[in-house]
Amino acid sequence: MSLRVLVGCKRVIDYAVKIRVRPDKLGVVTDGVKHSMNPFDEIAIEEAVRLKEKKIAKEVVAVSCGPTQAQETIRTALAMGADRGIHVEIPAKEMEKLEPLHVSKILAKLAEQEQAELVIVGKQAIDDDSNATAQMTAALLDWPQATFASKLEKTDGELEVTREVDGGLETIKVKLPAVVSSDLRLNEPRYATLPNIMKAKKKKIAKMKPSDLGVNLASHLEVIEVVDPPTREAGIKVEDVDTLVTKLKDSGRI
Amino acid sequence: MRSTKLLFSLSKNGFNKEITPALTRLQSTAAQPAAADSKPAGKEKKMNKEVKPSLSFVMNMFRGAAVTDQAIPYPYTLSSEEKETLEMLVDPTEKFFEECNDAMKNDAMEKVDETTMQGLREMGAFGLQVPAELGGVGLNNTQYARLVEVVGMNDLGVGITLGAHQSIGFKGILIAGNPEQKAKYLPKVASGEQMAAFALTEPSSGSDAGSIRSRAVPSADGSHYILNGSKIWISNGGMAEVFTVFAQTPVTDPRTGATKDKVTAFIVERAFGGVSHGAPEKKMGIKASNTAEVYFEDTKIPLENVLGGVGNGFKVAMEILNNGRFGMAAALSGTMRYSIKKALDFATSRTQFGNRIDTYGTIQEKLARMAMLHYVTESMAYMISSNMDAGSKDYHLEAAISKCFASEAAWHVTDEAIQVMGGMGFMKESGLERVMRDLRIFRIFEGTNDILRLFVALTGLQYAGGHLRELQQALKNPAANMGLILGEGTKRARRAIGFTKGGPIEGVHPNLSESAMLLGRGIEAFGYCSEGLLMKHGKNIVHEQFLLNRLANSAIDLYAGLVAVSRASKSLTENLPSCTHEEKIARVWVNEASDRVQLNLTAVKSSVSQSNFKDLASIAKDLCDNGNIVAERPLGI
Repeated sequence: MSLRVLVGCKRVIDYAVKIRVRPDKLGVVTDGVKHSMNPFDEIAIEEAVRLKEKKIAKEVVAVSCGPTQAQETIRTALAMGADRGIHVEIPAKEMEKLEPLHVSKILAKLAEQEQAELVIVGKQAIDDDSNATAQMTAALLDWPQATFASKLEKTDGELEVTREVDGGLETIKVKLPAVVSSDLRLNEPRYATLPNIMKAKKKKIAKMKPSDLGVNLASHLEVIEVVDPPTREAGIKVEDVDTLVTKLKDSGRI
Repeated sequence: MRSTKLLFSLSKNGFNKEITPALTRLQSTAAQPAAADSKPAGKEKKMNKEVKPSLSFVMNMFRGAAVTDQAIPYPYTLSSEEKETLEMLVDPTEKFFEECNDAMKNDAMEKVDETTMQGLREMGAFGLQVPAELGGVGLNNTQYARLVEVVGMNDLGVGITLGAHQSIGFKGILIAGNPEQKAKYLPKVASGEQMAAFALTEPSSGSDAGSIRSRAVPSADGSHYILNGSKIWISNGGMAEVFTVFAQTPVTDPRTGATKDKVTAFIVERAFGGVSHGAPEKKMGIKASNTAEVYFEDTKIPLENVLGGVGNGFKVAMEILNNGRFGMAAALSGTMRYSIKKALDFATSRTQFGNRIDTYGTIQEKLARMAMLHYVTESMAYMISSNMDAGSKDYHLEAAISKCFASEAAWHVTDEAIQVMGGMGFMKESGLERVMRDLRIFRIFEGTNDILRLFVALTGLQYAGGHLRELQQALKNPAANMGLILGEGTKRARRAIGFTKGGPIEGVHPNLSESAMLLGRGIEAFGYCSEGLLMKHGKNIVHEQFLLNRLANSAIDLYAGLVAVSRASKSLTENLPSCTHEEKIARVWVNEASDRVQLNLTAVKSSVSQSNFKDLASIAKDLCDNGNIVAERPLGI
């Protein structure tokens, strides 16, 4: 049996960029800021491509929800080895209010339409750190979920997934179809090479709107304020343990 | 009419007949440093060139004309699809160099790390301009330039490894190869499975590439060539499998039946046998790149491996070198970005005498000048790449200038970056001393800047000389050419009385109208000066290197001014956020360049300068005769 794998990839502000809060304090500055694929989603794409290389998957479909530039993210996925892309167009203005639930509904609908048997997404996006899309997608589809995967192996009709949990590693089996979210150590994603980027230009990207999938983008959440993390106060050096204890007591820490 | 007489005397001097061989020798700007030996003139074939109209700005400057078709408005030739493709390629390339390559380690090992090499192969970095159907990335010159900038910003040692491979190593196959040669060789070199090298320079033939001694003779049965000779300072020489080799071959003139040696280019595989190489050379910089001697001993080359036709090797070599020069300007504008960033990081965080050092005029001037040099270099690189992509053939002087300018600008910028950082800049860990060492070769190889200056001056003068000849022809039949003669006549008369009505360069943004005016005047003065040189020296101008260098420096300054004004105008018109910043850069550049041009052009004419040049020549002669410093120490001991 070979699977069709649906992979979510989000366009986020690049991890190396220093984030600046917008003057209206309702978001961060995105104009003229370098964006790239969410690193956890890169891992998800890589895993799907490896499944294809091992002939476990027959097709890898990369999905991204976002403005026109989301196509760049899809192109990267295609250059890494995904077979085709789906761009769910969401204007930049609406993008700010896009919630994991909306994305989950879109992914669930697409998984059904595409008859995918496996959905892989990053465990979280590095911009809003929601860590909810995989879980909600599984719930909406009523499929089993294997989150925070650090190893993934296919057995008959099942996936054996190693998960990174607080106490160590947990190995679970899930029946297919299933939803998997990738953790940091699942793999090391390959670089999109220049020849593959050129080849990816010929791969197809289907465009659609959330309404085409019957997904309503009504908001459930409201952003009240976005602020910079408080700046850390400078510490002090103490001579010995006694002084340390006294200082801690004085400041009410112990 | 005085000028008429001069024109006729010029023709009697046989100016073009004489200047051409000299120029041909100058074009023989090998990929490597000059060696001392030089051959007598007259050996080269006589090129009876007619004056073809050129769209080159620099070329036309020599006849005092501002031909800005290729320069204003600042060219932009990428289609939206090409731009989109490029956008996709830049990120992964930057990421690769930042995360997978260690320039310091490569420098210390004097070798590009094997994992980097493998990464570069996978990246497709060895075949950036090879068509996709032959296994390359299929980039045009502008796209290539942008990626090369990334390389220049990160590691010039890797840059040379890549450049020696594709910018010269197999470039000949790409631009002069036949379909069979392309199909046979390009896929293997584009993938990086096989490395390529360009083998022109020999122990006795550096700048004077026409004098190579390697020789390939047809075998007795005529089935192949047999190559013997040795090449030095060949980048990638120790690791290449495919060489573009230049060697003398006997060529029989079908008309006269006489047989003469002419240079022919060959594609030589190491696998042909008889190919060996020396140990990697120990160098000042670009240590990570491999440089070695390469020897050919009875190497059998199949007939079908002649590249570009028997006897055309010289032309092939020049085309390869001309074609690749803009890449150096692109790479070095990347290097300058790197050095400037270092200086800025330091200047904006270092406090001395109670203030951040960027508040002091001394540092401000350094930083601003660094940015100006970078701006000009970058503007040249992309103007030329765009001209080339638009199909221009008239870019050789511009490309030569860009190579000179970029290599000197990058040297100066990095030197000043070290100065801004003071003692910290001198430390290895700041990452600038390596760049400084790496940069030094760029003023030497692929045509030394000294040779390229002469090349620019003489090519331009030859072109202007041709135009003078046309005017002279017109004067033979004044009735039919009255318009031309009158036009020239009044222009000359005006200049003769020192009244320049040289109009401003057209198409410049109004904010830069003064700069446009200065450039216009500069070009007119330059044309006048060139013409004066031709009339005064005739064919002997080829021996006046003191003058030619000053002419070339003026040409460089004016072209630099033009690209800066053109690009800043475009930014102003498009109202880019940086447009006023760019406007200032262009204005300061042109103001200062204009002064320098005046100084240089005056030096060409003034009697004080003439006597200085004489003295300089004789000082040098004293030194050389003495073989050492001539003056005694003031101490007498």
